[in-house]
Amino acid sequence: MGKWTRRGFIAAGLVGGGVLAVGVGIREGHRAPKLAGMMTEDGEALVNVWVKLAPDNTITAIVPHSEMGQGVFTSMTQMLADEMDADWQSVTFEQAPAHEAYANYPLGREFILGDTKVPGFVQDSLNGGFLRIAQSMGLQITGGSTAVRFTGMGGMRIAGAAAREMIVKAAAKTWGVPARELRTENSYVHHDASGQSAPYATFAEQAAKYAPPTQPKLKTPDQYTLMGTSVPRFDIPAKTDGTAEFGIDVDLPGMKYAAVMGPPVLGAETVSVDDTYARDMSGVIKVLNKGHFVAVVADGYWQAENAVRQLDITWSETGADTLNQADVFNALRSAMDAAGDKGKEDVAVGNVRRASENAARIYEAEYSVPFLAHAAMEPLNATAWVRDDQIDLWSGLQNPLAVRDEIAGATGVKKSNVSIHNVFLGGGFGRRSNPDYPLMAIEIAKEFDHPVKMIWSREQDTQQDWYRPASVSRFKAGLDEDGMPVLWDNLFTQKHDPPEASHIPYKIDNQLIHYAHVDHHVRFGPWRSVDHTQHGFFIESFVDELADQAGMDGYAYRRKLLEHSPRYLAVLDAAAKAAGWGREVPQGRGLGIALVDSFGTVVAQVVEVDVSGPEPKVIHVWCAADPGYAMNPDGFIAQIESGIIYGLTAALYGDITIEDGAVVQSNFHDYPMIRMNEAPEISVEIINSGAKVGGGGEPGTPPIAPALANAVFAATGVRVRSQPIANFKEGLT
Amino acid sequence: MAETKFTVNGEARTVDMDPNTPLLWVLREQLKLTGTKFGCGIAQCGACTIHLDGAPVRSCSTPLAAAEGAALTTIEGVAAEDGTRHPVQEAWVEHQVPQCGYCQSGQIMSAVALLRDTPNPTDADIDAAMSGNICRCGAYGRIRQAIKTAASA
Repeated sequence: MGKWTRRGFIAAGLVGGGVLAVGVGIREGHRAPKLAGMMTEDGEALVNVWVKLAPDNTITAIVPHSEMGQGVFTSMTQMLADEMDADWQSVTFEQAPAHEAYANYPLGREFILGDTKVPGFVQDSLNGGFLRIAQSMGLQITGGSTAVRFTGMGGMRIAGAAAREMIVKAAAKTWGVPARELRTENSYVHHDASGQSAPYATFAEQAAKYAPPTQPKLKTPDQYTLMGTSVPRFDIPAKTDGTAEFGIDVDLPGMKYAAVMGPPVLGAETVSVDDTYARDMSGVIKVLNKGHFVAVVADGYWQAENAVRQLDITWSETGADTLNQADVFNALRSAMDAAGDKGKEDVAVGNVRRASENAARIYEAEYSVPFLAHAAMEPLNATAWVRDDQIDLWSGLQNPLAVRDEIAGATGVKKSNVSIHNVFLGGGFGRRSNPDYPLMAIEIAKEFDHPVKMIWSREQDTQQDWYRPASVSRFKAGLDEDGMPVLWDNLFTQKHDPPEASHIPYKIDNQLIHYAHVDHHVRFGPWRSVDHTQHGFFIESFVDELADQAGMDGYAYRRKLLEHSPRYLAVLDAAAKAAGWGREVPQGRGLGIALVDSFGTVVAQVVEVDVSGPEPKVIHVWCAADPGYAMNPDGFIAQIESGIIYGLTAALYGDITIEDGAVVQSNFHDYPMIRMNEAPEISVEIINSGAKVGGGGEPGTPPIAPALANAVFAATGVRVRSQPIANFKEGLT
Repeated sequence: MAETKFTVNGEARTVDMDPNTPLLWVLREQLKLTGTKFGCGIAQCGACTIHLDGAPVRSCSTPLAAAEGAALTTIEGVAAEDGTRHPVQEAWVEHQVPQCGYCQSGQIMSAVALLRDTPNPTDADIDAAMSGNICRCGAYGRIRQAIKTAASA
């Protein structure tokens, strides 16, 4: 935990009602400089992980993440409770922030800092600044598959272990016995020699007097009691009876409803809005021309939506009004042509020129992917109540801290008077990390003295997205006499995150990976697995082509290129074995394999496809995944299953196209999703290799498109180099 | 405006609204039954599925007028009166079906209707009854298993 001790510290104290609270603070300079930047007004530390021990011996974990389907409340709480030896039956969680107890003055004042080496600025802020830190606690971005691997490993576990050590120390003092003779289990301390036992809460007051340990001892996997088990998720019962509250369900006294219309060509502004008809429609209260969008506020959402569709809006010309889908790809290819062999450097290994000259032959191919929308099930929405000196916002947000900052910045209201009420997200997938929609709700609600709930139609949700970028990738491989690669030259477009997404797991001595970029008005947004989604398809399809060039099958070829990495080999082998790789498949079927390492988790998938119908149908996906250690195996499997279906929808159907500058697709009839009758059987095998713990939310997505494309090749001999794959037969002559 | 009378989850209701208003918004905004979800507005995703006289319908595209004299059931009315979960809900928990959970009210309403009409559904029956409900978290495999578990309960 070296990194952690440099940049984190533990704090503990007794808060109202004899509750012991222990938290982990993260100093500026932590992995997320953006977060630190957001905290400048409030001090230089985030206190972002907490555990509360109440007098009735119940334990509450405070989880600084958003729940968008990944089971984060459960996995985080599980990690903390295990280190604390807590009784799982009496452990609960709260979502940070927005709990008043954490913003109260006594908490800030009574804070005891465990690490005496903490910088002066924290000491000085004990009376003032710490209060603000307490108010700001728990603000964290949910995305990048970070919860388990960062917050869980670096925060929840440490808070739990520190709390346990403090309680043991207090029990030792109270009973007058050596701490080493004590054991803990199910939220009790036991001294077997004297037969004494007592609940943790007995020692809370004494424990709070101690400085927390600076380096609490963490369990090793053989000591885990909760980690590694599939405890049921906390949030599931409420998601089966209609009681789970999503952003769209927020209901406030006096609340009115808003529907919105954004510019068909993103970036345009209103020139005129004719509301002659709409303003007199039933229930309509007000039509608002906000320039970059138009809103109708009404007594009910349906009335608002009907009226907004009756507005006659003229939008400004932006220069993108004549842009069509072909222009997008022409621009990408032109930028690549201009870059030539000198794109912006991403990876340069060995001597590419010499390798090119010495190769027995050169093999080239070009791949592309279209734009994609996120299409979360819950259309975007936010409810705002704006007063002169206080703003409340209810919404499902992946990044509540940034939203609070943006609202404060846009309105001039102090950050401390902007309250964000984060609720369940009906899917996020990256879309809900963008603050555009809560800011629109604020813009609308500030015209009223009552709350306003803004709901986007599905059409707005599809056409006002921040899109997975359309992208092109060109490969040039130098092959030796055996068809093995001695050179990997990859020029692609649109580099975003994570930076390593374009890198390859394979051992190739000479590599040049470089890129070009094109700015256009179809704005970029992080989409489940971000750049890995396109690079997984590009790289793993092209490697399959090379295998074919070498006269080998894709599995054997990859094995040869992965000899240096037992971890990759184990994952690849497991997927191949589960799928029965090499077996005969019926006429019209094929098997395809792919492997992608993303967000710290290595995933291999084998697809069995049936191409005998008009569109390819995926029969079965066998998946092996190595996240280092799966904290909640069933929860991890659910995430991988989810990532596969999400990626398969995109691979088969996903195609956002641009016509006259505008997104053509609008709803599920023309932006189709995988449904029950198209969903393949999925088998997931977890490999707990003991490697550094990786993520779960995204790594299931990248391998599915190339595994499918490679299976289509195996079945038909047709190489699919673009998506959507459902259309692959259209390219046949 | 006109008065429309119907029952929701066994309770008599009268609303005075435009009879063209989709039932979805009557339930959510007027009757505060927010378990029924808005997903697409054009009967493409199934998130708004309720039962109208026992038949699954997409409430986003069913006008209030169609409810006159009808008995509606929403996700809030699926459990027994004493709060005991319906076997479908029980199976949903057992198989840990929901992820984000947003589509699950609609999924459960479709599954309850399927099992009432077809107590032992085949995979093809499940495909036919459930393919109107989109799940972006991709919980289809678990939904299928949960339906089979509920069928044998």
